[in-house]
Amino acid sequence: MPTHPATASTRNADGAEMAAMATVTNDASREVSVVPPEAVMEAFGLNVFYGDFHAVHDVNLNFGKNEITALIGPSGCGKSTVLRCLNRMNDLVVGARVEGEVNYHGQNIYARNVDPIAVRTQIGMVFQKPNPFPKSIYDNIAYGPRVTRMKVDSMDDLVEESLRGAALWDEVKDKLKQSAYGLSGGQQQRLCIARTIATKPDVILMDEPCSALDPIATARIEDLMLDLRQEFTIIIVTHNMQQAARVSDRTAFFTARPDETTGNRTGLLVEFDRTTDIFSNPRDKRTEDYISGRFG
Amino acid sequence: MSVATTTAGEVTRTISSGRRKDRSMGSLVFLGLLWFSLFFGVMVLLVLIVSTAVDGASRFDSELLTNYDSVVRPETTGFRAGILGSLWLMALTAFLAVPLGIAAALYLEEFADKERWYNRLIELNLQNLAAVPSIVYGLLAVAVMALLGFQQTGIVLGGSTALALLILPVIIITTREAVRAVPDEIRQGSLALGATVWQTTWRQTLPSAIPGIATGTILGLSRAIGEAAPLVVVGLAGSLRFDPTGVLSQVTALPMQIYSLTSRSQDEFQHAASAAIIVLLVLILGLNGLAIFIRNKYQRTW
Repeated sequence: MPTHPATASTRNADGAEMAAMATVTNDASREVSVVPPEAVMEAFGLNVFYGDFHAVHDVNLNFGKNEITALIGPSGCGKSTVLRCLNRMNDLVVGARVEGEVNYHGQNIYARNVDPIAVRTQIGMVFQKPNPFPKSIYDNIAYGPRVTRMKVDSMDDLVEESLRGAALWDEVKDKLKQSAYGLSGGQQQRLCIARTIATKPDVILMDEPCSALDPIATARIEDLMLDLRQEFTIIIVTHNMQQAARVSDRTAFFTARPDETTGNRTGLLVEFDRTTDIFSNPRDKRTEDYISGRFG
Repeated sequence: MSVATTTAGEVTRTISSGRRKDRSMGSLVFLGLLWFSLFFGVMVLLVLIVSTAVDGASRFDSELLTNYDSVVRPETTGFRAGILGSLWLMALTAFLAVPLGIAAALYLEEFADKERWYNRLIELNLQNLAAVPSIVYGLLAVAVMALLGFQQTGIVLGGSTALALLILPVIIITTREAVRAVPDEIRQGSLALGATVWQTTWRQTLPSAIPGIATGTILGLSRAIGEAAPLVVVGLAGSLRFDPTGVLSQVTALPMQIYSLTSRSQDEFQHAASAAIIVLLVLILGLNGLAIFIRNKYQRTW
């Protein structure tokens, strides 16, 4: 594990977490090109408003195929808001308005003729708190394919494949008919990931997927993310800088700028680069301060 | 002064002074008042129930349930028509009010844009409806029946319409609470998988809310079964000597029959009425007990 300023910081130097970090298989050897290979998703001039409140200002980002992109920054910097724009989950917030473009394989998902339901089947999402449905493990996985009327040869096979994909199969194969609420927090979160990959998405959005989990469960999810990268494009919001350093190929750093008149904090993108560059050689002073633990 | 510098002597003086502020005169008087209020309320209820039970004790027999009302032989008068009538009324009331109430609640919670003026108006109306005197619903039901062209008064459909209108706000309000208790994470999880709002409501929210809805519905019905005022207005008979056979058949109800019997002078009728009141109470307590049972058994903690 390379020593970068983030790991040296004392802010998250919790003993247990450090121990767990050692178990994460970080492929530091992985080459990350300077320019993202093939952008699966791009945001152009993305502005988000909640009523009169300007939540996110002019974000330009692109997300490379089979890469993990981390969005980091202090609370209230709009990183979760940006994430939720990427599969139109912000549509569900009353008063939310999105300006600019979010292109998915070149198609603006905010165009008039785009169905947000169809967008969400292509761009899945895993939430902060594990949110399994109050159903059996099997039905949790089968739910997505059933509601989207996906053509499935054998639902049993799809369930097994999804659970294997989320590294959960061996733990639950004998209790598929039992309630998902009997699983531990980490297992529930992997179930939510399995549920998401069952609908065969292209992109998986993860909104602080480990913030409700203990270090060991966190390490397993991180391992899982590195595996899933082979097949999916992953975009993750995280509060944990070490996590961004461990798993992501590219990192976008956001910060919040208070409005001079109203004091409302608008989120903006400060720096977007390869993770190794962000952590070892940040170009912006604010990024450097944040990752070295001097603010935020 | 910091905790670290507190000496043992000071501790003894401040926390073991031999007095307890919880046992001061003021606290004890207040506690006594609370106990008295509780005792008073419970006693009144108890006296009422016991005296009614004692009054009707001579009539706790099977004839009370299986016989029709009899003016000729008051000592064997029964409530068969009233009990069957009440059951018919409850069944049809539930049939009318439950689907309407659940649908209205789901619309308001899951689909309505709460900023719109008409949704706010519905909301305001609903809160007021719950406080409307029950007799007004009787009048409304009479108007509805007349508009629909039913000539006959005092039929099952008329009574059920009044009772359904009466408990509709109760069902809507409890269903909304049950639906609101389903956490948003469940809805978002479903929507993020590509489900529509309709699928999410039908497959996630509604099933999770069923125990709460059932509880609310039963409590609503237990209120309806004891009502007499709206039924008087709709024109239900106080006493009948035949069973109801359909929704358009003439009917009486248990509270109606009790009311009619208490206005007769013979003692036998008074005793029979007291016994019938106990039957009604048992029915209502049974329904409430069922509601509590469902709530405790199926209640989900998220």
